Amino acid sequence: MSNAQHDPSHEKGDVVAGIIKRSLMAVAIAAVIFAPTLLLKTQVSQISNTLFIRYRWEAFAIGCGLLLIWRLIYEFRALQNARAHHKSSSRPQARENRFGHFVGPVLLVAAIAMPFMPFTDRYILDIGILIITYVMLGWGLQIVVGLAGLLDLGYVAFYAVGAYTYALLAEHFGFGFWMCLPLAGIFAATWGVVLGFPVLRLRGDYLAIVTLAFGEIIRVVLLNWRDFTGGSNGLSNIPRPSFFGIPFSQGPDGFAATFGLEYSSLQRMGFLYFLILALALLTFYISSRLRKLPMGRAWEALREDEIACRSLGLNTINTKLSAFAIGAMFGGFAGSFFAAKQAFISPESFNFMESATILAIVVLGGMSSQIGVVFSSIAMVGGIEALRQLQFLKAVFGPDFDPSQLRLLLFGLAMVVVMLWRPRGFVSSRTPTVFFKEKKSVGSSMISQGRG
Amino acid sequence: MTKPLLTVRDLTMRFGGLVAVDKFSFEAQSGHITAIIGPNGAGKTTAFNCITGFYKPSEGSVTLHHPARGDFALESMEDHKISRVAKVARTFQNIRLFGGMTVLENLMIAQHNELMRASMFSIAGIFGMPSYRRAEREAIEKSMAWLERIGIADKADEPAAALPYGQQRKLEIVRALCTDPVLLCLDEPAAGLNPKESDDLGVFLRQIRDDFHVGILLIEHDMSVVMEISDHIVVLDYGRKISDGTPAHVRNDAAVIKAYLGVDE
Repeated sequence: MSNAQHDPSHEKGDVVAGIIKRSLMAVAIAAVIFAPTLLLKTQVSQISNTLFIRYRWEAFAIGCGLLLIWRLIYEFRALQNARAHHKSSSRPQARENRFGHFVGPVLLVAAIAMPFMPFTDRYILDIGILIITYVMLGWGLQIVVGLAGLLDLGYVAFYAVGAYTYALLAEHFGFGFWMCLPLAGIFAATWGVVLGFPVLRLRGDYLAIVTLAFGEIIRVVLLNWRDFTGGSNGLSNIPRPSFFGIPFSQGPDGFAATFGLEYSSLQRMGFLYFLILALALLTFYISSRLRKLPMGRAWEALREDEIACRSLGLNTINTKLSAFAIGAMFGGFAGSFFAAKQAFISPESFNFMESATILAIVVLGGMSSQIGVVFSSIAMVGGIEALRQLQFLKAVFGPDFDPSQLRLLLFGLAMVVVMLWRPRGFVSSRTPTVFFKEKKSVGSSMISQGRG
Repeated sequence: MTKPLLTVRDLTMRFGGLVAVDKFSFEAQSGHITAIIGPNGAGKTTAFNCITGFYKPSEGSVTLHHPARGDFALESMEDHKISRVAKVARTFQNIRLFGGMTVLENLMIAQHNELMRASMFSIAGIFGMPSYRRAEREAIEKSMAWLERIGIADKADEPAAALPYGQQRKLEIVRALCTDPVLLCLDEPAAGLNPKESDDLGVFLRQIRDDFHVGILLIEHDMSVVMEISDHIVVLDYGRKISDGTPAHVRNDAAVIKAYLGVDE
């Protein structure tokens, strides 16, 4: 301990007193501001038609109370950060790592067991599929944003390319899902390279703007090329994936009859659930393998320092393009799954909001942590669904209150809070790709964000 | 004398109207330490960037004679090819390590191209083929040998940004050496080092020169280091070469003294 020579208990008391003093000062200042804005409200009297002042003590109290809580959280965070600076920076991260080792398998078992639970119905399966789709997209985007440090705001374009690849190939050539899946990946990867070429020289904000535009271009083309894509009517009657040739139908050739089961529409949902789970696990496996290979290490080196990369003989063009292509490929896989699951796609499904959601999942979860993406998907997608369930809030805020309308507000709030607390996301450390004696995590303060 | 390792002929670099380097010619030998010195703003780093491909020179030629691979015209090669094909490695004036990656990872990236080939562009790597695993193990061994040489093997798993400044300098040099260069270009390697560390660096560079017979080209302000270790010194002032020769020659050259100290009119 660095402050062993001081009396620690005495010092701690001083620090806490300081925090409380500063917090109360902040509340006092806020009270001055809140008094005219929250406390006093002029109202027109219904009876005498004159103005009078109403005192809203409850709003005033809530305002001051929230501020006090926020201030205290802020102060204690600052205190913790200051302490973390004294200690070796790798220690809290080591805990984070072990946490990841333990939580990963538990989550996987939970994900596999979920469809067999008695409480599982169509709705829960649907949300499960949605969450896992976002986990997969998050892992795909993480390659581009988290590893290579290239800010991509148009990731949904590759999702769209994958979805339309399957829909159009199935419609025009009668290709099945399993044939279209790799093709969708290849197509999306090709588009990733097509996007990559013009933006090779761009960095930071400029790259973000161009990728944003690319996402919009794809959507607008899909919307306006009516003969080919069906325009805003979208494409419908997309064939559902079969269980390796056995359809999920009620007939004698169907899945239920073949395996001697009773027919249930849940069987298809369950199959789709395991399909996306398998695809997500494939994404996880490949991207975590790639990270430990020279290619992934080059992506991270690119994020850290592009000029140093060039001085060491790395072809930064190929490195960037490979990150774009592989990230896009997983987006394409997810897209063709999406088309197969919905059986109907239209450009509306691929708007900027989707890109923003996927990016938010990666940023909130942690730029270099795969387990973090799982948590943030559950929080973002599952949390928003959970908002719909909070009917009791209507009792508090009145019958017109729809909590799901607040989702963008909560979204933004979550972003701000995470950026204040953990600028590199929920799980912020990075695990080295190779080690000699001991795998020590690298603290977030040392990792550069990438300007590419 | 054998064919020089690096031949620079009439190198000129203009930035708009400013001539940063003006018809600069010199040679650097393999197994020699060649120093480029000069007052601030003399064009040393610009010349350096032209040699390592970070700038494209306006005029002139830079030829590298690789003992096994033949001659390369560096002035028309891309920077990453200069490192990968012509085997010219460089360090930077302001250290450019991959701070968020460990010391070992930094050295592994320097061996990227060999490892990439061994992993068959990731295909063999994804399936964990033994050939790739062996290549990776060899790369780790090579990195560790270098780290032991500079005495920071125990810090292999620490993030590079956590190293003290002097060790970061050394790590950057070692990282450049991991690319197996024939010419090592060091941009102010002793900047920010204390006298003891500067002396160590001098000893280290001479060892490298003798053990691996690489050519070392360095820019340096610290005259005690330069005079101590250089076999050959080139002096630049306002982009022009004003002196070229052994340390003893340069030290007594009137033009050099004038450039550094000025003369009474």
